[in-house]
Amino acid sequence: MTTIDAAELRRRTRELLAAHPPATTGRTDFLRARFDAGLAWVHYPAGLGGLDAPRSLQPVVDAELAAAGAPDNDPRRIGIGLGMAAPTILGFGTDEQKQRFLRPLWVGEEVWCQLFSEPGAGSDLAALGTRAVREEADGDWIVDGQKVWTSSAHVARWAILIARTDPDLPKHRGISYFICDMTDPGVEVRPLRQITGEAEFNEVFLTGVRIPDSRRLGPVGAGWKVAQTTLMNERVSIGGSRIPREGGMIGPVARTWRERPELRTHDLHQRLLTLWVEAEVARLAGERLRQQLVAGQPGPEGSGMKLAFARLNQEISGLEVELLGEEGLLYSDWTMRRPDLVDFTGRDAGYRYLRSKGNSIEGGTSEVLLNIVAERVLGLPAEPRNDKDVAWKDLSR
Amino acid sequence: MTAQTEETVAPDLLYSEAEDDLRSTVRSLLADRSDAPTVIARIESDTPYDPQLWKALGADIGAAGLLVPEKLGGQGASHREAAVVLEELGRSVAPAPYLTSAVVATETLLALGSEDGPVAELLGELAAGRKVAVLAVPFPTAPENSSAAEAVTGTLDGTVTAVADAAAADVLLVPTTDGLYAVEADAPGVTVEPLVPLDQTRPLATVTLTAATGTLLADAEAARPAVRRGLLAGAGLLASEQLGLAEWCLTETVRYTRERHQFNRPIGSFQALKHRMAQLWLEVVSARAAARNAADALASGSPDTPLAVAVAQAYCSKVAVHAAEECIQLHGGIGMTWEHPAHLYLKRAKADAIAYGTAGSHLEAIAELMELPAP
Repeated sequence: MTTIDAAELRRRTRELLAAHPPATTGRTDFLRARFDAGLAWVHYPAGLGGLDAPRSLQPVVDAELAAAGAPDNDPRRIGIGLGMAAPTILGFGTDEQKQRFLRPLWVGEEVWCQLFSEPGAGSDLAALGTRAVREEADGDWIVDGQKVWTSSAHVARWAILIARTDPDLPKHRGISYFICDMTDPGVEVRPLRQITGEAEFNEVFLTGVRIPDSRRLGPVGAGWKVAQTTLMNERVSIGGSRIPREGGMIGPVARTWRERPELRTHDLHQRLLTLWVEAEVARLAGERLRQQLVAGQPGPEGSGMKLAFARLNQEISGLEVELLGEEGLLYSDWTMRRPDLVDFTGRDAGYRYLRSKGNSIEGGTSEVLLNIVAERVLGLPAEPRNDKDVAWKDLSR
Repeated sequence: MTAQTEETVAPDLLYSEAEDDLRSTVRSLLADRSDAPTVIARIESDTPYDPQLWKALGADIGAAGLLVPEKLGGQGASHREAAVVLEELGRSVAPAPYLTSAVVATETLLALGSEDGPVAELLGELAAGRKVAVLAVPFPTAPENSSAAEAVTGTLDGTVTAVADAAAADVLLVPTTDGLYAVEADAPGVTVEPLVPLDQTRPLATVTLTAATGTLLADAEAARPAVRRGLLAGAGLLASEQLGLAEWCLTETVRYTRERHQFNRPIGSFQALKHRMAQLWLEVVSARAAARNAADALASGSPDTPLAVAVAQAYCSKVAVHAAEECIQLHGGIGMTWEHPAHLYLKRAKADAIAYGTAGSHLEAIAELMELPAP
């Protein structure tokens, strides 16, 4: 096996650029060629957009392409597909599934969403009640239920879905994992307007949706295990790139402070400096985590970073509204919109303040993450539970 | 080699293998010679310092000379290694004049840049662990207030209060308006009067000079930046001591709450307590990044050093105090006793929060450096 190093990746990237000059190649064509050259995600297997190269070498390719003005695959817009669906398909998919889904996912031709949470199963995700019943005739699955907090459902072509396939088993065991076609009959997406006025999320109603067995990911009943891969990858995405000083929410506040001396007060100054330090330290902790990953010694710090950023974003955006005084009383626009992507830092201070309230809820609430840190990192004992060995259908709800 | 160039610009926040080896050596020495009952017995005696421990740490392991170049008799290592020693000293709250002598005094002398003469000679003695020197300034002196250190004027007459580790010092480095003097602690006209300190593991004393004589090491122009540099290194590496201290507090608290049962369960299984310990873990992880960043900046001579040090001090001193306070609370009644070592950590953490500049004074420095001025 040849070892792919930075020099080899640079050579291949230049070869790609020479064969498909960004100036004269269409965006989608260029991205497809990049995928086929194995330069999409270099740590993926050859033939699936990668070259089995170390993950840490991806920045070499990205930097080279950015310098040449090549289009990127808009990772923000396809974040759920990239961060959650792709690693799960890679880990548990059949060869056919990998060939069918990974290329259009990475190129951005097909957007993905995630059908996990339900009105009665948020933090206690394993309590989910959406049913998938297998038809004896053809082995297809018929899905009925309701999902919620589904970002991008209104633009998604595909969804990763977990549903209950055996209600007689305890709640973690009777779950299976599917790929759902969002254009199929029986899939209904309704916008869910939120605190900011926008409808970034949706409710998704599934009524008699037929999913062929060829779109099941992993064995029947192993859905919880497969979902763990998805959820772990959701949190791993932090630490991939280097954040500059004042790169997060503290940036706009520090700039306002410098440019608008008339807004300064002593109380705000103390709070600003304290938060500035905390933001800088969180940035350094993220950088340390990144260096650990590159050195092949991943630490448990990743679980903590989301906690730190959630709290910081909320405190900093709250300070920003106060700093702006009269302007802080205003809001840019309450019109209901359905944005293509989640935008934490865009728009004005009021939007940032309201949107950041979700940072400690989405992707695992801070309380659940603190439990995870306490039990898995510190090794503290679990709280006693009474739902582990009871069939799902016998649980009270 | 674009990517590699980027790597060298970023601070190295990890530990090298050599640093990990040094840590194990220091940790096992401290486990043998300076466990909690030993430290408690020591602070109740007249001499909190154990000269045998200092010899083993400073001379035998060579920790005292880490910052000193080999040609001056030291180890030619850097602040990164010294920081690791301080993490371990914080973890064991060992009474040893490491921060004051091997870091602050040593760094001050090194900043004078002398290759021979009395400065080089003294550095050789310090590096070999044969002598202990302390900078005769009040322990709370912040780096940016280094001129406030000149309590002694003209001929060597004056009083300096709250000098850390003065009682253990063979040599006092005395900043004056004329320059920096080296004064033998037992010279005529020198008195070192021990105070009763909050942190018994790091004794304080009042130094009084009455027509004392000393060796002039540097004139005022050279002395000022050297003292400032010594204090900057002290403040920066104090963050590593605070990190080690906080880590001990967290580890012991986790251990205790897993074993201690109330309401028929280990108390560590209660969410109210778990969340507090998880939060503390997050603070310790963050403190590690900040402390490593300061040590690396000092070691590499980064222009970012004053900011890295101020950030580390503004953050780590709070984490250490919080960890020690949580340690006492989550230990319940046992945390309030004299025989349990938790109090040693609280006293050290609280005193450290004032040493070499409070968090507030470091925030002021950040306001200046980052152009975030007060109203």
